[in-house]
Amino acid sequence: MKRKKVTIDGNEAAAYTAFHTNEIIAIYPITPSSNMGEWCDAWSAVGKRNIWGTIPSVSELQSEGGASGSVHGALQSGALTTTFTASQGLLLMIPNMFKIAGELTSTVFHVAARSIATQALSIFGDHSDVMATRVTGFALIPSSNAQEVMDFALIAQAATLESRVPFLHFFDGFRTSHEVMKIEELTLDDMKAMIDDDLVREHRARALNPDNPFLRGTAQNPDVFFQGRETVNPYYQKCADIVQKQMDKFAGLVGRKYHLFDYVGAPDAERIIIIMGSGAMTAEETVEYLTGKGEKVGLIKVRLYRPFSIEHFINALPETTKSIAVLDRTKEAGSPGEPLYLDVIDAISEKYMNGELKFTFPKVVGGRYGLSSKEFTPAMVKAVYENLNEDKPKAHFTIGIIDDVTNSSLDFDPDFSIEKEETFRGMFYGLGADGTVGANKNSIKIIGEGTDNHAQGYFVYDSKKSGSITISHLRFGPKEIKSTYLISKANFIACHQQVFSEKMNILKDAVEGATFLLNTKVPKEDAWDSLPTNAQKDLIEKKMKFYIIDAYKVAGETGMGVRINTIMQTCFFAISNIFPKEEAIKMIKDSIKKTYGAKGDKIVQMNFDAVDQTIDNLHEVEIPGKITSKYQIEFPVPDSAPRFIREVTGKIIAGEGDLIPVSKFPADGTYPLATTKWEKRNIALEVPVWDPDICIQCNKCVIVCPHATIRAKVYEEKELANAPETFKYTKYKAKDYGEGMFYSLQVAVEDCTGCYVCVDVCPVKNKQETRLKAINMEEQMPLREKERENWNFFLTLPELDRTKINVTKVKDSQYLEPLFEFSGACAGCGETPYVKLVSQLFGDRAIIANATGCSSIYGGNLPTTPWAVNKEGRGPAWSNSLFEDNAEFGYGFRLAINKHNVQAKELLKKLSSDIGNELVDALINADQSDEAGIYEQRERVRALNDKLNELLKTGANGKTSDIKNLLSLSDYLIKKSVWIMGGDGWAYDIGYGGLDHVLASGSDVNVLVLDTEVYSNTGGQCSKATPRAAVAKFAAAGKPIKKKDLGMMAMAYGNVYVAKIAMGANDTHTLRAILEAEAYNGPSIIIAYSQCIAHGINMAYGMRQQKAAVDSGYWPLYRYNPEWSKEGKNPLKLDSKGIKIPLTDFAYAETRYKMLTKTHPELAKKLIKEAQNDVNQTWKEYERLAKPFDSAKKDN
Amino acid sequence: MNISTKYLGLDLKSPIVPSAGPLTAEISNIKQMEDAGAGAVVLYSLFEEQIEHEELELNYHTSVSSESHAESTSYLPDAFDFRCGPDEYLEHIRKAKDAVDIPVFASLNGKSMGGWIDYAKQIEKAGADGLELNIYLLATGLNKKSHEIEDVYVDIVKNVRKEIKIPIAVKMHPFFSSTAHMANEFSNAGANGLVMFNRFYQPDIDLEKLEIEPDIILSTPMEMRLPLRWIAILYGRTEADLAATTGVYTAEDVIKMTMAGAKVTQMLSSLIKFGIGHIADVIINIKKWMEENEYESLDQMRGSMSYKNVSDPGKFERANYMKVLHSYK
Repeated sequence: MKRKKVTIDGNEAAAYTAFHTNEIIAIYPITPSSNMGEWCDAWSAVGKRNIWGTIPSVSELQSEGGASGSVHGALQSGALTTTFTASQGLLLMIPNMFKIAGELTSTVFHVAARSIATQALSIFGDHSDVMATRVTGFALIPSSNAQEVMDFALIAQAATLESRVPFLHFFDGFRTSHEVMKIEELTLDDMKAMIDDDLVREHRARALNPDNPFLRGTAQNPDVFFQGRETVNPYYQKCADIVQKQMDKFAGLVGRKYHLFDYVGAPDAERIIIIMGSGAMTAEETVEYLTGKGEKVGLIKVRLYRPFSIEHFINALPETTKSIAVLDRTKEAGSPGEPLYLDVIDAISEKYMNGELKFTFPKVVGGRYGLSSKEFTPAMVKAVYENLNEDKPKAHFTIGIIDDVTNSSLDFDPDFSIEKEETFRGMFYGLGADGTVGANKNSIKIIGEGTDNHAQGYFVYDSKKSGSITISHLRFGPKEIKSTYLISKANFIACHQQVFSEKMNILKDAVEGATFLLNTKVPKEDAWDSLPTNAQKDLIEKKMKFYIIDAYKVAGETGMGVRINTIMQTCFFAISNIFPKEEAIKMIKDSIKKTYGAKGDKIVQMNFDAVDQTIDNLHEVEIPGKITSKYQIEFPVPDSAPRFIREVTGKIIAGEGDLIPVSKFPADGTYPLATTKWEKRNIALEVPVWDPDICIQCNKCVIVCPHATIRAKVYEEKELANAPETFKYTKYKAKDYGEGMFYSLQVAVEDCTGCYVCVDVCPVKNKQETRLKAINMEEQMPLREKERENWNFFLTLPELDRTKINVTKVKDSQYLEPLFEFSGACAGCGETPYVKLVSQLFGDRAIIANATGCSSIYGGNLPTTPWAVNKEGRGPAWSNSLFEDNAEFGYGFRLAINKHNVQAKELLKKLSSDIGNELVDALINADQSDEAGIYEQRERVRALNDKLNELLKTGANGKTSDIKNLLSLSDYLIKKSVWIMGGDGWAYDIGYGGLDHVLASGSDVNVLVLDTEVYSNTGGQCSKATPRAAVAKFAAAGKPIKKKDLGMMAMAYGNVYVAKIAMGANDTHTLRAILEAEAYNGPSIIIAYSQCIAHGINMAYGMRQQKAAVDSGYWPLYRYNPEWSKEGKNPLKLDSKGIKIPLTDFAYAETRYKMLTKTHPELAKKLIKEAQNDVNQTWKEYERLAKPFDSAKKDN
Repeated sequence: MNISTKYLGLDLKSPIVPSAGPLTAEISNIKQMEDAGAGAVVLYSLFEEQIEHEELELNYHTSVSSESHAESTSYLPDAFDFRCGPDEYLEHIRKAKDAVDIPVFASLNGKSMGGWIDYAKQIEKAGADGLELNIYLLATGLNKKSHEIEDVYVDIVKNVRKEIKIPIAVKMHPFFSSTAHMANEFSNAGANGLVMFNRFYQPDIDLEKLEIEPDIILSTPMEMRLPLRWIAILYGRTEADLAATTGVYTAEDVIKMTMAGAKVTQMLSSLIKFGIGHIADVIINIKKWMEENEYESLDQMRGSMSYKNVSDPGKFERANYMKVLHSYK
């Protein structure tokens, strides 16, 4: 039978089979598995049916723990049920996995395997999560590529129904989950043939059913539990054979043959590698190459890891085996070896012990590779085989890194390559927002589905959310592509943004005769000179071809804006000659119709126009015989940077992180603060420019700046003595910091993202030209040099004395130094202005627990960290534990701080005669309610430490230990500010149980909920904060339920300070609420409206949208302060002024709401009406609750 | 008492036609209009520019920032089918046609010639009984000559006429140098009706924000004088049916418009102000007036006070207060 060829990634392949062979799908987002749930939700929303003709029910839970609970419940109730997850999510499922397996329940979980957070979080792929589930009793079945993912998902489904052993089907996160590959799509008939309906009915018959009642899940005692546990053995003993049987049945149907352990290589191989997952593809490719060279090497690809069939494994090994390297993509610190290695040792030993080994006991070594998607290349495979040639091969080795601490690593030759000549290899450097990756995915589809070629696409993203670089790696050719690693020998390199070619050595990977395509505004005659020296050298020495296009010009003329995807794609096809030109253009246009047809004719036509105009604007540049460039690519951080920044941070920024040896890294995940300032990213095309003549010095631009790149200072005139010529200043209008002061507003143009939010909120208009404000956007490039100088001078201006600043006023609060700067957050981010404000107000004494999510990524993702320090060296101490436990994690901070404080006070009292009673009393009874009080306490602690050090020197009278202890604890006599920050996914969903408990504890912690109303970091999945009538992923048909009122739930305790804020609606209210929350000696929670690109708005106007949210009554501003109750007042103050505009004025300015009117118009009408009712009713209820107690009495 | 009329070749049970506007966006309102006695309805306008804008906006926000970050390769769910373009509007026509027996006219504001033609065809296919062309080209170019602009207007009518069979009415604005000539041109180009006149959003200045705030306010009864004049002037001089709109609030207003020569009288502001039930009140009062004044039908009074039928047609031409002249006479 001829099956359809599709070009899809591993996630889609898994979702495809899972969706069609299940009835219930319980999901929760986690990278890199989220896409599987998204596909299923989207298919369910459009009414796609499974092989039994019903639409699977897709439900999102509050956590992976919840998802696995619901899976367990649905399975026990007889439904075919699945879920998708990864990493920490899989760990949360483990308790239920034990239960599901213990009850012999048929199911398949699909896992995009990902690193477990240890010294750091990593979203990338390895098997550490899967390995943590070995003990659960689930069968573990790995896939190596997207084709196997689709196939094994089905084989596993068939096998679980027959064996009753639950299966965990896994594939490598990103390398397989996100790699786009041309595969053969299984038909629904294939699935029907593989799934035995009798077994499905048996599964259903085992369900809990009051019409046939029984009990499952007893509690058992020592007398019987053990025996009960052993009852499952026969099922596990049969499982491997069942899987092989299903593999054979599959082969009969589809043609692809799989075995529990597939051997590849020389029949007389002596050196064998054992491996599973995507690395097996690279190993196979290398084995084919090496055996072609006559080497006696072989490879076993593990297809069923649990139950581990010793029999099948041993039988798969050639009798000539002399040495074995077992490669594990995980690390088990302290173990005698990684899991697969131990299994292999056990299997061989057992067979040897029984005298059943067909060959001499081989040398067996284990090694680790590919942690967190570390590259695994043929060069590394070769090195592993070479190690096996040694008399005493290195055991417990690592491959792919330089371990200069315990010397575990094997050396490998980075230049070794086995890329096939006939395989096209292209690399495309793009900007996240320019559509490069989308265009390449599209090209791969065109090539994959339009020709007989095999095709592969893999995409590398950086960790920034604004101005991020993407590198697409495309391979296609007549032979099967097994290269599961990045391209390093490219015959086509495209640079979609010229700035990348100026910063990075992007032609280093080009082979001789390769083609270079550059998008540049530079005219053809100047294009050569615009390149750096190394690029010119490569072009000449490698005899390359060089093409240019001004894609932004074509995009501008055809209405494409900044999306140059179609244009660059057309260039690629035009130059690469994959198809005749006319045919290529037709194929691109057909693809455009397919991609954009649903979005309207205008979009299609616009893209057609772009295609048509591209060819005329594409030019070949003649390469002169000599280098003419006057500049070289510079190392990204200056020599003046600290050593760690140069040796580690700088190298990571330069893209050389793979080459940093183990010794350079901290052993416990501790990194310095204030490192974003070294990474001058220069991503803004336009930056704000200040007009001092009309500025009213309100500092609104400063408070809203998401990246802390616009700052104000007030200083004395004398400070201007060495000011650069273009440095701007004016007289300070107020007199609160003395007479004759000066004021400057300075922009860090190299760190600015050009988001425009500052300009939008500027309240001043030029009287002559009202289009101008007190700050206006201008092109960055001409300003860069001068403003760099001005910024550096600005930093030398003294900060105002914190104790003199009236922090209750927005204007003055912005003279506080931000200790959170230049983060990688999106341009116009709605979260970071709040985070920055907290850092300004309390950063020098704050300790922050940050839930996993956007804020932990822009706050803590290498290479640099935005959390900063002041000139005294103080700053926020920040940590991220997990997603689900953040409130508890922060609560732990408070417990420790309190304990340290108590201990310090106990020691003070104990040592009071030595220290002096007066100082001890002052330290113990200090009023630290304001900055002045804190400053004085700091001075006292300084005096105390001096005194204690003096006591140590002059004789401690046998109190040395107490004195040293007090010295180690004295910092805790200064008030600490504990902040627990995170998004709504954490606070409303996965972390709510913990948050609730911490709020109920009465402990003095401050919770800041950055409420974007979706899981922003994983791409906008629905949370309980998502409003009714909006679409989100996992709610593609609109959220039918009202947003959870987290504030009201917290108020119910009565002793929690609660505030709902929106800076864009009322910055004074925001400031006041944050100050009150921190001052409140008990738990406080602030729910902050945070616009997000997932809302589908122009982020430049995000603050306006906050105002609209408040004016519509959707986001009422309030404060609930338990302190006011003590004064006999109503603790709830409703701070916004009622419903001023209809909800639609707010909602339909956002695509998340508007989209539903285009996909489900009738439902949209219904839901928006209900949402308006929600607003009306909630407002009435709040008004009732907020009535002053006096007037309430009168009403009575 | 016969208050029926014939407009665009269709028999209408009454001369009251709710005009294009937000009220006809709801099918339930259209039913109420029929129940209250409306002779036909004009649906809200389909704006090509708005469709394009919405398409671009949707495309932008569903693709912007996608494929930028490993964790979030997109930010909004994949939708396999958007109801973009005129789909929603065409569906609305179908639903309106199913819901009521009175004629349903669509209204179209195109941007490109292709758009005018394409959307007009789709509207016809969706079942509209007629199409009102809501043409307004703001001529801001210093070098653009007035006749060039006028030619574009006429070309639109000609081209749409060529492509569809249902009747067409042109909703004119009152700012042509030669209104009568343009009316005649439209009629010659194939317009079956002329609706007088279109009202537009006009810019205002917000003195506090120093921003331009486009706005539209409900028409006032005084504003009906302008269409009254031009309908009276054109009655009997053009083949196209004349429809009055702007400032029509009462039965007396409808009667005046009919006497000036209108086949139908469109109402919107008054319905927004007093509710859809106001149509029924107006009809009762028309009948009452006709009874009191012994008119048997609207046809009987139509055009009776038009330029060509009044004793002093010059009064329709006077633009300024001319007491001196009058007293001299």
